[in-house]
Amino acid sequence: MGNLLKNLIADDVLKQNFEEAKPSFNQQEALDEANRCLYCYDAPCITACPTGIDIPSFIKKIASGNMKGSATTIMESNPVGASCARVCPTEELCEGACVLNHSTKAIPIGDLQRYATDWAIKNEQVLFQAGKKNGKRVAIVGSGPAGLSTARELARLGYEVTIFEKKNEAGGLDTFGIVPFRLPKEIALWEVGQVEKLGVEIRTNMELGKDIFADELFENYDAVVLAIGMSKVPMLGIVGEELSGIYDAIDLVERTKEGHYDAGFRGKRVAVIGAGNTAIDGATTSIRLGAENVKILYRRTEAEMTAYDFEYEFAKQDGVEFRWLTTPKRLISDEEGHVKQMECVKMELRDSGKDGRRRPVEITGSEFIMDVDIVVKAIGQTRHTKIIESFGLEHDGGVVKVDPESSITSNPKVYACGDVIFGKGVGEAMVVSAAQQGKETALSIHERFNESVKEIAL
Amino acid sequence: MADISINFAGIKSPNPYWLASAPPTNTGYQVQRAFEAGWGGAVWKTLGEPILNVTSRFGAHHFNGQRVAGFNNIELISDRPLEVNLKEIYETKKLYPDQVIIASLMVEPEREKWHELVKKVQDVGVDGIELNLGCPHGMSERGMGSAIGQHPDLVEMTTMYAKEAAIVPVITKLTPNITDIRVTAKAALQGGADAVSMINTINSLIGVDLDTWNTIPNVNGKGAHGGYCGPAVKPIALNMVGDCARDPGFNIPISGIGGVSTWQDTVEFMLMGAGGVQICTAAMHHGFRIIDDLTEGLSNYLDEKGIASVSEIIGASVEKYTDWSNLDLNHKVVARINNDICINCNKCHIACEDTSHQCIDMLKDENGNNYLKVREDDCVGCNLCSIVCPVDGAIDMIDLTPTEPPMSWNKREAAIKML
Repeated sequence: MGNLLKNLIADDVLKQNFEEAKPSFNQQEALDEANRCLYCYDAPCITACPTGIDIPSFIKKIASGNMKGSATTIMESNPVGASCARVCPTEELCEGACVLNHSTKAIPIGDLQRYATDWAIKNEQVLFQAGKKNGKRVAIVGSGPAGLSTARELARLGYEVTIFEKKNEAGGLDTFGIVPFRLPKEIALWEVGQVEKLGVEIRTNMELGKDIFADELFENYDAVVLAIGMSKVPMLGIVGEELSGIYDAIDLVERTKEGHYDAGFRGKRVAVIGAGNTAIDGATTSIRLGAENVKILYRRTEAEMTAYDFEYEFAKQDGVEFRWLTTPKRLISDEEGHVKQMECVKMELRDSGKDGRRRPVEITGSEFIMDVDIVVKAIGQTRHTKIIESFGLEHDGGVVKVDPESSITSNPKVYACGDVIFGKGVGEAMVVSAAQQGKETALSIHERFNESVKEIAL
Repeated sequence: MADISINFAGIKSPNPYWLASAPPTNTGYQVQRAFEAGWGGAVWKTLGEPILNVTSRFGAHHFNGQRVAGFNNIELISDRPLEVNLKEIYETKKLYPDQVIIASLMVEPEREKWHELVKKVQDVGVDGIELNLGCPHGMSERGMGSAIGQHPDLVEMTTMYAKEAAIVPVITKLTPNITDIRVTAKAALQGGADAVSMINTINSLIGVDLDTWNTIPNVNGKGAHGGYCGPAVKPIALNMVGDCARDPGFNIPISGIGGVSTWQDTVEFMLMGAGGVQICTAAMHHGFRIIDDLTEGLSNYLDEKGIASVSEIIGASVEKYTDWSNLDLNHKVVARINNDICINCNKCHIACEDTSHQCIDMLKDENGNNYLKVREDDCVGCNLCSIVCPVDGAIDMIDLTPTEPPMSWNKREAAIKML
């Protein structure tokens, strides 16, 4: 009984660890900051936002108390504006462009955006309406930011939209892939709900190639949008990867999003491999699961790491340690098939490789052994190459080729947007970019059908 | 260190700061706290026949997150027995002999009533008397306050009644709720006033509650107009002070009242002719401790300017305040944007483009960076861009070298007549 109680308390603490880390603005904070906004004309923050949110307007509306108008301005431009308020690298986008950086301090645009969208969520607002049905049907595969965004815009234009989602809930990355202490699941699900209220049908537990097939979609819909994102973390390709205690960072995050807090991390030594934002997620999640020590291993240096500065700072605040120029070579098992040690090797950076980045090369004889209980892999994401090929689409290593103007793939009936078209070596894929691509895809589809739609209307 | 004491109509005050007759000067306790903090004087809350007050009483105009841009009240004159006030005035004056106590008075326009009250306050040692002929709410409905202040003949008569009994200086306080304050100011002069004070509060309704549709403030669901004061009224008060000060037929001291919140405001009022200032709203917003900065800031300003006494600045700007017809038509000012300071918010552009003279261009340099530039030939020098600019020093208004000698409308008209 004593043990049971202890575990319950511990679970409770764990749950708290995964609640949203940053408090939302109270009304006074929001008003103070909103009133500080200069309401620039042709404001650079708008240009810096991939979805082009009219930021000065939504902030002005907070200041005036027009909260519904503020939330509408945000969500109009960005169908996942509530999620983006939390996950956007605002220092590199809107806030980085704020003219007040040159005089005092940038406006906290992300926090204000969160304040406005939180108001809409709390007050159960429905901000948009479906357009008059135009008789065209569109299938969207994947309900992440790109798919949702496409669906929202098409529904407003009068299309009958069906989304096919493999998982049991919609929202994709926002629902499953971003740590809950940064983006709670209910925020992403509210955005899903907003799209559903426009009459979009979201069919969950529908896996392509199993529950639904490309041919069926081609046959039953006027257009098909592929917005399936990316897949799991790839294999490290080293000895011992099959041992127990090896985790995929994306799976790890997904489990905490579903409210499962793995008790196996408590008091353990964790090594996270990789230094992108997913690695940071893996590391900070491990800390919150109670790990005693968490190290991030990266084969390059701090300068090359792809994680955003604020993510890096967040990890450091959490007490995550960083081991630069270090690569795992071999995972060593204990007697029960569980990882107990990792053989690593030190690296050095040499002349630039093909991608323009300096190449990490092993330093001969620098091998050393590190004691670990858990290894979390976060070295990027694999592609849904099989699905792409089942659609018969041209691709480049799992990256679907599209005409950048129209989002049309090698099959004129099929459009693609979001991470599935995100090329390698161009920084981090952003939710906000996927949202914008969704909007553009919807417009492109509408441009194609607009004429025939008009004819029907006549 | 500069001398900031004043001699206002014969009343010596250690500094030019008096608390205006209002809630802050309601009791001896409050006035003593103010004197302890360093206020030069206090105009006691208006004495008269005891009245009844209502709740609530105050309202404020907040703007863009800034509290109390303007303030209004529907409180009446002192609601405490006259004897209590007189006793506290006596005690306070005894404790603080060097600081000024002025008794503000209001009774019906009857000679005996004025004589009686003036004598009573003189007996407890006040340094001067202020006639409240300006209170715009409540009392005016009973034929007092601004009901008197709006009639030049009543202003003259009431001032005369007070003067007949007064041995201390009499200051007639004027209402701004009239067409031309110079008329009532001269009526006060005619009645023998030693000085005037201006402005009393302006008729106002702060607002309407969007949910209850009640007035703000409201008394059990109903409201009445109040008196408006605070920072928002300063420009109105400053103009009235300046208008009286520059009137050749007006030659008695002016106590400046209306939105004075800082030592800078004080300097402005005194430059425009005020011999001292009275403050209420700023103290109600922040407490009596603001006197520290008010006196120190004024003193440091005078030191920096090399001025020995604050009296030297009284009226120094009056000759610069004139009629529009005397302004130089040939003077040319243009805006110039300092691109190294400009933060490119484009507020000047849109203000000029939409609402002025369309002369600020949004341009790109050879590196693709945005910058703003004024087409000086089209600029009328209106100041709008520099007003909306959020960064100090980003826009300068430049005086252009005159190409023709100064020519005012009056001179031009006179020259045309000569032809």
